[in-house]
Amino acid sequence: MGELLDAFQLGVRAMFAYQAVFFALLAIGLNLHFGYTGLLNFGQIAFAMVGGYGIAISVAQWDLPFWVGVVVGLGAAVILALLLGLPTLRLRADYLAIVTIATAEALRLLFRSVGSTEVTGSTEGLFDFNSSFFTWCPWSVSGRFDILGTRWRGSELWVITIGWSIVLLSCLLVWALMRSPWGRVLRAVREDEDAARALGKNVYAFKMQSLVLGGIFGALGGMVYAVGTGSQNPDQYQNANTFLAYGALILGGAARVLGPVIGAMLLWFIIAFSDSALAALVSGDNSFFGLFEWGDLLSTTDIAYIRFIIIGLGLMLLMIFRPQGILGDRREVMLDAR
Amino acid sequence: MTHAPDRVRREDPRRTPSPSTGQAGIPGHRSSAGRRTLLRLLLVTFFGLAIAALTPGVASAVGEQVRGTLTTGATGPIAGVTITVETSDGQAVGEGETDDRGRFSVPVPGPGEYVVTLDTDSLPENVTVGSAGDTRTVTVEPNGREPVNFGLSDGQRGSGSDRILAVQLFVDGLRFGLLIAISAVGLSLIFGTTGLTNFAHGELVTIGAIVAFYLNVDADIPLLAAAVIAVVIGGLVGALNELGLWRPLRRRGTGLVAALVVSIGLSLAVRYVIQTVYGGRSNPYLDYQSQRARDYGAFALTDRDLYSIIISLVVLVAVALMLQRSRIGKAMRAVADNRDLAASSGIDVNRVILVVWVMGGALAALGGVLLGLSDQIQWDMGFRLLLLMFAGVTLGGLGTAYGALVGGIIVGVFVQMSTLVIRDDMKYVGGLLLLILILVVRPQGILGSKARIG
Repeated sequence: MGELLDAFQLGVRAMFAYQAVFFALLAIGLNLHFGYTGLLNFGQIAFAMVGGYGIAISVAQWDLPFWVGVVVGLGAAVILALLLGLPTLRLRADYLAIVTIATAEALRLLFRSVGSTEVTGSTEGLFDFNSSFFTWCPWSVSGRFDILGTRWRGSELWVITIGWSIVLLSCLLVWALMRSPWGRVLRAVREDEDAARALGKNVYAFKMQSLVLGGIFGALGGMVYAVGTGSQNPDQYQNANTFLAYGALILGGAARVLGPVIGAMLLWFIIAFSDSALAALVSGDNSFFGLFEWGDLLSTTDIAYIRFIIIGLGLMLLMIFRPQGILGDRREVMLDAR
Repeated sequence: MTHAPDRVRREDPRRTPSPSTGQAGIPGHRSSAGRRTLLRLLLVTFFGLAIAALTPGVASAVGEQVRGTLTTGATGPIAGVTITVETSDGQAVGEGETDDRGRFSVPVPGPGEYVVTLDTDSLPENVTVGSAGDTRTVTVEPNGREPVNFGLSDGQRGSGSDRILAVQLFVDGLRFGLLIAISAVGLSLIFGTTGLTNFAHGELVTIGAIVAFYLNVDADIPLLAAAVIAVVIGGLVGALNELGLWRPLRRRGTGLVAALVVSIGLSLAVRYVIQTVYGGRSNPYLDYQSQRARDYGAFALTDRDLYSIIISLVVLVAVALMLQRSRIGKAMRAVADNRDLAASSGIDVNRVILVVWVMGGALAALGGVLLGLSDQIQWDMGFRLLLLMFAGVTLGGLGTAYGALVGGIIVGVFVQMSTLVIRDDMKYVGGLLLLILILVVRPQGILGSKARIG
């Protein structure tokens, strides 16, 4: 029982850690793409990657100031969105899906290629790019803080303070945009492209603007993640992360301002809770009703994969039985329904 | 989810909510079908786990061993070669001799690191060990049967001076492209007949390779027989996909976009189930590993690659003939072309779709076995191939039957030949750039029609 309580506590802590910020920002971007505009971006992780590497390469490789790195990362995300959108946004939705997932994988392979070592550090990765970020921290970076029974390092606390501030501002921005005429056109595009076009709206331009803005949110997420981990490696940006973000979005409720945030927090609670609960299950002498030992079935390294299995199954079941998630409105998310 | 050609993403307002002819059920039958859906879903998702989890169970009774096959192109399997195994600190563990099929297996006392030595004196004349020498150090996992590969040389290799790199890469690309084409036929036909962009198709490829791996390496079945079994299981998994998941979803009226997300969830879950069961390492099959490339003038090819090309060609011609001549093939093309018209001319659309799934699953499994033969088996091999399959299918024309064939071959050749100018570890990047380029220039693909692209 004590193990379960510990797992619960770790789960609650994970709801606020920088990984949750990362996925919240990815999902806010996806919400704009998928929830509000109906775009199938399956390469959101690529935006995070250019964002994170924007800082890492600028600071660690080119010795530029931190804020220039942020600008570089955001600029790279805008360029990536334009490159992805130009060929695909006039075509049917699944073409964007294929191109984005392919680009995300291609970029990861490009960044980890031996040939790009001089710029990206390839699989060795990049380090030492976030020190100036921590010099702005108003409290002691190396100090320990106890908040409601959870323990945080000063540096972690600084990352998540900035991170959740960005999330808050992003939510406010999305909320304001979706009340504006611009947001209403986006939703019109989602519901019926032809009708929006008939009203004289340039559907292509609106889709492109949505893709760029959502990509910027993704890049911001990548930056929080890069600063939080303190190192950059192409393999941190596996494709599966995009689908974790989709899981967060659909769990919380697409086309709702707070849907992706609540989804990301819940997702990380589930991941951290199941990770530590499974770890306790596997390491102890626990058997399944006397039939088999859990420790024989799963090794401790397997536990890291279980999260993806849970998310994959969860994504399927949610999409089939409750596509609106927790907060959403079923009518708004029944894309292409009969 | 409904068929794509005549429909853009959005709802067609003229379509009535009644199920189309192909999926007409008995009225009032819907609710019980709905209740069964959940059960079927659970079944389909755990199927992959079940196969993979049961197979190694056969092996665990045997205990740890190291094993391998000694054979070269010129001599065939080499019998009577002595293999000695020592622990990493030099203690003798056991000795073995290769049998008539060139195989050896030496039991070891438990998991750990072992040094395997080949007695070069017992090798036939002209056969020498490769540059890596006559010892291999291997790590045996719990209940593992660790394959050991001595790269034997039969002295035929020295004459490769007149090879031309471009021709060599072209032939390699042809082999790879045929393999992509085989795997992608199902992807394209499934898209054509149901409108589903199946992101879980790569996992069908992986399942094929992994099933053949367990049968070959753990259950000791020859690879040819293992491949046949893997293809049959691939077909069954395809059928299970359709019957357990996609048909009920079509009946529920799930949208195309929702179905696409479901297929992604399925892909993710199955992929990581495979990683949990199989692990993150990459392994070769037991058979046909120690082959040396045979010289054909401008290029050289191992026998296994040659047979891979021949098998792919034969299968693809058979598929093309079936599509062109047989009743079911014509029905498939008719449904892919216009589903409602096909249904109203008396074609049982659901049956056709089931056949497409079985065929697609079986072909993908075959592609997986061939890919495992040339590139070793990995848990995410199918997912990586999927992106090239998409490139091929898009290039050829999404939803067309022959588009996948043409596009797959072009992408394969392009990817291999691109290593003339770019680094080897970036060749997939080239293939994916090609995909983006196609979409700019000719989004409907080579054989596609404009109406499909929305």
